Amino acid sequence: MRWIWIDKFLEFQSGQFARAIKNLTLAEEHLHDHFPGYPVMPASLIIEGLAQTGGILVGEAGGFAEKVVLAKIPRAEFFGVACAGDQLIYEVTLTDLRSEGAVVSAKAFLEGQLLADAEIVFAHLDNSRANQIFGPKNFVFTQQLLGVLDLAKAQSRAKALSNTASTNGQPCES
Amino acid sequence: MPTYDEIYEKVQATLVDALGVDEDDVTREATLQGDLGAESIDFLDIVFRLERNFGIKIPRGELFPENVVSDPEMIDDGKFTAKGLEELKLRMPYADLSGFAANPEVDRIGDLYTVDMLVHYVQGKLGA
Repeated sequence: MRWIWIDKFLEFQSGQFARAIKNLTLAEEHLHDHFPGYPVMPASLIIEGLAQTGGILVGEAGGFAEKVVLAKIPRAEFFGVACAGDQLIYEVTLTDLRSEGAVVSAKAFLEGQLLADAEIVFAHLDNSRANQIFGPKNFVFTQQLLGVLDLAKAQSRAKALSNTASTNGQPCES
Repeated sequence: MPTYDEIYEKVQATLVDALGVDEDDVTREATLQGDLGAESIDFLDIVFRLERNFGIKIPRGELFPENVVSDPEMIDDGKFTAKGLEELKLRMPYADLSGFAANPEVDRIGDLYTVDMLVHYVQGKLGA
Protein backbone atom coordinates (compact mmCIF):
# COMPACT_ATOMS: atom_id res chain seq x y z
CA MET A 1 0.00 0.00 0.00
CA ARG A 2 1.22 3.50 -0.83
CA TRP A 3 0.89 6.06 1.94
CA ILE A 4 -0.70 8.67 -0.29
CA TRP A 5 -4.04 9.98 0.94
CA ILE A 6 -4.75 12.55 -1.73
CA ASP A 7 -5.35 11.76 -5.40
CA LYS A 8 -4.85 15.07 -7.11
CA PHE A 9 -4.35 18.78 -6.54
CA LEU A 10 -7.09 20.95 -8.02
CA GLU A 11 -5.55 24.23 -6.98
CA PHE A 12 -2.22 25.27 -5.52
CA GLN A 13 -1.40 28.84 -4.55
CA SER A 14 2.13 28.90 -3.25
CA GLY A 15 2.35 29.89 0.42
CA GLN A 16 -1.39 30.42 0.69
CA PHE A 17 -3.87 27.74 -0.25
CA ALA A 18 -4.25 24.25 -1.68
CA ARG A 19 -7.26 22.22 -2.75
CA ALA A 20 -6.99 18.48 -3.31
CA ILE A 21 -9.28 15.55 -4.10
CA LYS A 22 -9.56 12.21 -2.38
CA ASN A 23 -11.74 9.62 -4.09
CA LEU A 24 -12.92 6.75 -1.93
CA THR A 25 -13.12 3.31 -3.45
CA LEU A 26 -13.85 -0.21 -2.31
CA ALA A 27 -10.45 -1.16 -3.71
CA GLU A 28 -9.04 0.35 -0.51
CA GLU A 29 -8.57 -2.49 1.92
CA HIS A 30 -9.15 -0.46 5.04
CA LEU A 31 -12.75 0.31 4.09
CA HIS A 32 -13.57 -3.38 4.38
CA ASP A 33 -12.44 -3.40 7.98
CA HIS A 34 -13.84 -0.01 8.88
CA PHE A 35 -16.48 -1.26 9.13
CA PRO A 36 -17.51 -4.68 7.77
CA GLY A 37 -20.70 -4.09 5.79
CA TYR A 38 -20.52 -0.33 6.29
CA PRO A 39 -17.45 1.12 4.59
CA VAL A 40 -16.68 4.49 6.17
CA MET A 41 -13.48 6.48 5.64
CA PRO A 42 -11.65 6.55 9.00
CA ALA A 43 -11.47 10.07 10.42
CA SER A 44 -7.77 9.58 11.09
CA LEU A 45 -7.13 9.05 7.37
CA ILE A 46 -9.11 12.17 6.49
CA ILE A 47 -6.79 14.02 8.89
CA GLU A 48 -3.83 12.36 7.17
CA GLY A 49 -5.06 13.56 3.77
CA LEU A 50 -5.51 17.09 5.11
CA ALA A 51 -2.04 16.90 6.65
CA GLN A 52 -0.49 15.71 3.38
CA THR A 53 -2.19 18.56 1.52
CA GLY A 54 -1.05 21.01 4.19
CA GLY A 55 2.42 19.49 4.51
CA ILE A 56 3.10 20.00 0.83
CA LEU A 57 1.72 23.55 1.02
CA VAL A 58 4.06 24.31 3.95
CA GLY A 59 7.06 22.54 2.41
CA GLU A 60 6.64 24.18 -0.98
CA ALA A 61 6.45 27.61 0.69
CA GLY A 62 10.02 27.02 1.87
CA GLY A 63 11.21 25.47 -1.39
CA PHE A 64 11.24 22.04 0.33
CA ALA A 65 14.42 23.09 2.11
CA GLU A 66 13.00 22.15 5.52
CA LYS A 67 11.90 18.78 6.79
CA VAL A 68 8.28 19.22 7.72
CA VAL A 69 6.61 16.95 10.26
CA LEU A 70 3.08 16.83 11.52
CA ALA A 71 3.52 18.05 15.07
CA LYS A 72 0.11 18.58 16.58
CA ILE A 73 -3.58 18.70 15.84
CA PRO A 74 -4.95 21.19 18.39
CA ARG A 75 -8.51 20.82 17.09
CA ALA A 76 -10.43 18.50 14.78
CA GLU A 77 -14.20 18.31 14.37
CA PHE A 78 -16.18 15.93 12.20
CA PHE A 79 -19.74 16.55 11.07
CA GLY A 80 -20.50 13.41 9.09
CA VAL A 81 -19.04 10.36 7.39
CA ALA A 82 -17.74 9.59 3.91
CA CYS A 83 -18.35 6.22 2.29
CA ALA A 84 -17.03 4.26 -0.68
CA GLY A 85 -17.88 6.08 -3.90
CA ASP A 86 -17.70 9.51 -2.30
CA GLN A 87 -15.30 12.24 -3.33
CA LEU A 88 -13.75 14.38 -0.62
CA ILE A 89 -12.39 17.84 -1.31
CA TYR A 90 -9.62 19.00 1.01
CA GLU A 91 -9.06 22.73 1.38
CA VAL A 92 -6.06 23.94 3.33
CA THR A 93 -5.09 27.53 4.10
CA LEU A 94 -1.68 28.47 5.45
CA THR A 95 -2.38 30.74 8.41
CA ASP A 96 1.06 31.07 10.04
CA LEU A 97 4.56 30.34 8.83
CA ARG A 98 7.82 30.94 10.68
CA SER A 99 11.27 29.38 10.81
CA GLU A 100 10.26 26.81 13.43
CA GLY A 101 7.08 25.62 11.75
CA ALA A 102 3.63 26.47 10.44
CA VAL A 103 -0.09 26.29 11.14
CA VAL A 104 -2.78 25.48 8.62
CA SER A 105 -6.55 25.65 8.72
CA ALA A 106 -7.84 22.50 7.05
CA LYS A 107 -11.35 21.57 5.91
CA ALA A 108 -12.82 18.54 4.18
CA PHE A 109 -15.97 18.86 2.10
CA LEU A 110 -18.37 16.21 0.82
CA GLU A 111 -20.80 17.32 -1.88
CA GLY A 112 -20.25 20.93 -0.87
CA GLN A 113 -20.98 20.30 2.80
CA LEU A 114 -18.38 20.74 5.51
CA LEU A 115 -17.40 17.26 6.73
CA ALA A 116 -14.32 18.02 8.82
CA ASP A 117 -12.69 21.13 10.21
CA ALA A 118 -9.23 20.99 11.76
CA GLU A 119 -6.21 23.00 12.73
CA ILE A 120 -2.83 21.38 12.10
CA VAL A 121 0.58 22.46 13.39
CA PHE A 122 3.70 21.46 11.48
CA ALA A 123 7.25 21.70 12.78
CA HIS A 124 10.40 22.24 10.77
CA LEU A 125 12.86 19.65 11.93
CA ASP A 126 16.54 20.35 12.18
CA ASN A 127 17.94 18.51 9.15
CA SER A 128 20.97 16.89 10.74
CA ARG A 129 19.06 15.67 13.77
CA ALA A 130 16.17 14.50 11.62
CA ASN A 131 18.48 12.40 9.48
CA GLN A 132 20.04 10.85 12.58
CA ILE A 133 16.71 9.86 14.06
CA PHE A 134 14.55 9.03 11.10
CA GLY A 135 16.78 8.73 8.05
CA PRO A 136 15.94 10.67 4.92
CA LYS A 137 12.69 8.97 3.99
CA ASN A 138 10.17 8.90 6.79
CA PHE A 139 8.77 12.34 6.20
CA VAL A 140 5.87 14.10 4.71
CA PHE A 141 7.70 14.47 1.44
CA THR A 142 8.35 11.05 0.07
CA GLN A 143 8.97 11.14 -3.65
CA GLN A 144 5.68 9.34 -4.15
CA LEU A 145 3.73 12.03 -2.36
CA LEU A 146 5.57 14.82 -4.09
CA GLY A 147 4.61 13.08 -7.31
CA VAL A 148 1.02 14.23 -6.72
CA LEU A 149 2.14 17.85 -6.92
CA ASP A 150 4.35 17.09 -9.94
CA LEU A 151 1.40 15.43 -11.64
CA ALA A 152 -0.79 18.50 -11.04
CA LYS A 153 1.91 20.72 -12.55
CA ALA A 154 2.28 18.39 -15.54
CA GLN A 155 -1.49 18.32 -16.07
CA SER A 156 -1.65 22.09 -15.85
CA ARG A 157 1.15 22.43 -18.42
CA ALA A 158 -0.51 19.88 -20.70
CA LYS A 159 -3.80 21.78 -20.47
CA ALA A 160 -2.09 25.07 -21.28
CA LEU A 161 -0.34 23.48 -24.26
CA SER A 162 -3.57 21.92 -25.41
CA ASN A 163 -5.33 25.31 -25.25
CA THR A 164 -2.51 26.91 -27.23
CA ALA A 165 -2.63 24.11 -29.77
CA SER A 166 -6.37 24.43 -30.25
CA THR A 167 -6.04 28.21 -30.61
CA ASN A 168 -3.26 27.72 -33.11
CA GLY A 169 -5.39 25.16 -34.89
CA GLN A 170 -8.20 27.67 -35.57
CA PRO A 171 -8.80 28.05 -39.28
CA CYS A 172 -7.28 31.21 -40.62
CA GLU A 173 -9.90 33.59 -41.90
CA SER A 174 -7.73 35.50 -44.29
CA MET B 1 -2.11 49.52 26.82
CA PRO B 2 -4.12 46.65 28.37
CA THR B 3 -3.82 45.94 32.09
CA TYR B 4 -2.13 42.89 33.58
CA ASP B 5 -5.55 41.30 34.22
CA GLU B 6 -6.72 41.89 30.67
CA ILE B 7 -3.59 40.27 29.27
CA TYR B 8 -3.87 37.44 31.79
CA GLU B 9 -7.42 36.64 30.67
CA LYS B 10 -6.32 36.48 27.03
CA VAL B 11 -3.27 34.35 27.89
CA GLN B 12 -5.60 32.08 29.85
CA ALA B 13 -7.84 31.63 26.80
CA THR B 14 -4.77 31.06 24.63
CA LEU B 15 -3.58 28.22 26.87
CA VAL B 16 -7.04 26.67 27.10
CA ASP B 17 -7.05 26.44 23.28
CA ALA B 18 -3.44 25.32 22.94
CA LEU B 19 -3.33 22.75 25.73
CA GLY B 20 -6.95 21.69 26.09
CA VAL B 21 -6.92 22.47 29.81
CA ASP B 22 -9.67 23.93 31.98
CA GLU B 23 -9.64 27.67 32.48
CA ASP B 24 -9.57 27.16 36.26
CA ASP B 25 -6.28 25.29 35.98
CA VAL B 26 -4.57 28.21 34.24
CA THR B 27 -3.65 30.11 37.40
CA ARG B 28 -0.94 32.75 37.39
CA GLU B 29 1.52 30.48 39.16
CA ALA B 30 0.83 27.39 37.03
CA THR B 31 3.86 26.04 35.20
CA LEU B 32 3.30 25.22 31.54
CA GLN B 33 4.94 21.81 31.65
CA GLY B 34 4.49 20.61 35.22
CA ASP B 35 0.98 21.88 35.93
CA LEU B 36 -0.57 22.26 32.48
CA GLY B 37 1.09 19.30 30.77
CA ALA B 38 2.66 21.22 27.89
CA GLU B 39 5.11 19.28 25.73
CA SER B 40 7.90 20.74 23.66
CA ILE B 41 5.77 20.99 20.51
CA ASP B 42 3.12 22.92 22.44
CA PHE B 43 5.57 25.80 22.87
CA LEU B 44 5.51 26.37 19.12
CA ASP B 45 1.72 26.31 19.14
CA ILE B 46 1.64 28.77 22.07
CA VAL B 47 3.99 31.15 20.22
CA PHE B 48 1.75 31.07 17.14
CA ARG B 49 -1.37 31.75 19.21
CA LEU B 50 0.16 34.58 21.25
CA GLU B 51 1.30 36.27 18.03
CA ARG B 52 -2.18 35.94 16.57
CA ASN B 53 -4.16 36.86 19.69
CA PHE B 54 -2.06 39.88 20.68
CA GLY B 55 -0.86 41.02 17.25
CA ILE B 56 2.79 40.78 18.30
CA LYS B 57 5.90 39.30 16.67
CA ILE B 58 7.87 36.83 18.74
CA PRO B 59 11.36 36.25 17.31
CA ARG B 60 12.66 32.69 17.51
CA GLY B 61 14.12 31.89 20.92
CA GLU B 62 12.97 35.13 22.56
CA LEU B 63 10.11 33.75 24.65
CA PHE B 64 11.43 30.23 25.09
CA PRO B 65 15.24 30.51 24.79
CA GLU B 66 17.02 27.81 22.83
CA ASN B 67 20.41 26.25 23.59
CA VAL B 68 20.70 27.82 27.04
CA VAL B 69 22.08 24.65 28.55
CA SER B 70 24.45 23.64 25.75
CA ASP B 71 27.31 25.94 26.82
CA PRO B 72 29.57 24.13 29.35
CA GLU B 73 30.48 27.48 30.98
CA MET B 74 26.86 27.96 31.96
CA ILE B 75 26.35 24.60 33.62
CA ASP B 76 28.29 22.77 36.31
CA ASP B 77 27.22 19.51 37.92
CA GLY B 78 23.68 19.82 36.64
CA LYS B 79 23.25 23.36 37.92
CA PHE B 80 23.50 26.80 36.38
CA THR B 81 26.75 28.58 37.28
CA ALA B 82 26.70 32.26 38.31
CA LYS B 83 27.54 33.08 34.71
CA GLY B 84 24.75 30.79 33.57
CA LEU B 85 22.25 32.55 35.82
CA GLU B 86 23.37 35.93 34.52
CA GLU B 87 22.88 34.67 30.95
CA LEU B 88 19.44 33.36 31.90
CA LYS B 89 18.49 36.75 33.36
CA LEU B 90 19.60 38.45 30.16
CA ARG B 91 17.73 36.01 27.94
CA MET B 92 14.59 35.88 30.11
CA PRO B 93 14.19 39.35 31.68
CA TYR B 94 10.45 38.76 32.01
CA ALA B 95 10.88 35.59 34.14
CA ASP B 96 10.96 35.58 37.93
CA LEU B 97 14.28 33.94 38.79
CA SER B 98 14.25 34.74 42.51
CA GLY B 99 13.11 31.30 43.65
CA PHE B 100 14.98 29.45 40.93
CA ALA B 101 18.35 31.06 41.76
CA ALA B 102 18.34 29.42 45.21
CA ASN B 103 18.47 25.98 43.60
CA PRO B 104 19.31 26.49 39.92
CA GLU B 105 19.13 22.87 38.76
CA VAL B 106 18.94 22.54 35.00
CA ASP B 107 16.04 20.12 35.35
CA ARG B 108 14.02 22.83 37.08
CA ILE B 109 14.25 25.31 34.21
CA GLY B 110 10.75 24.30 33.16
CA ASP B 111 9.47 25.83 36.41
CA LEU B 112 10.35 29.27 35.03
CA TYR B 113 7.80 28.88 32.25
CA THR B 114 4.70 29.98 34.12
CA VAL B 115 1.47 31.68 33.07
CA ASP B 116 2.67 34.80 34.91
CA MET B 117 5.88 34.74 32.83
CA LEU B 118 3.84 34.74 29.62
CA VAL B 119 1.75 37.68 30.85
CA HIS B 120 4.88 39.69 31.71
CA TYR B 121 6.43 38.84 28.35
CA VAL B 122 3.34 40.02 26.46
CA GLN B 123 3.15 43.13 28.65
CA GLY B 124 6.71 43.94 27.67
CA LYS B 125 6.00 43.41 23.97
CA LEU B 126 2.85 45.54 24.01
CA GLY B 127 4.58 48.30 25.96
CA ALA B 128 7.64 48.37 23.71
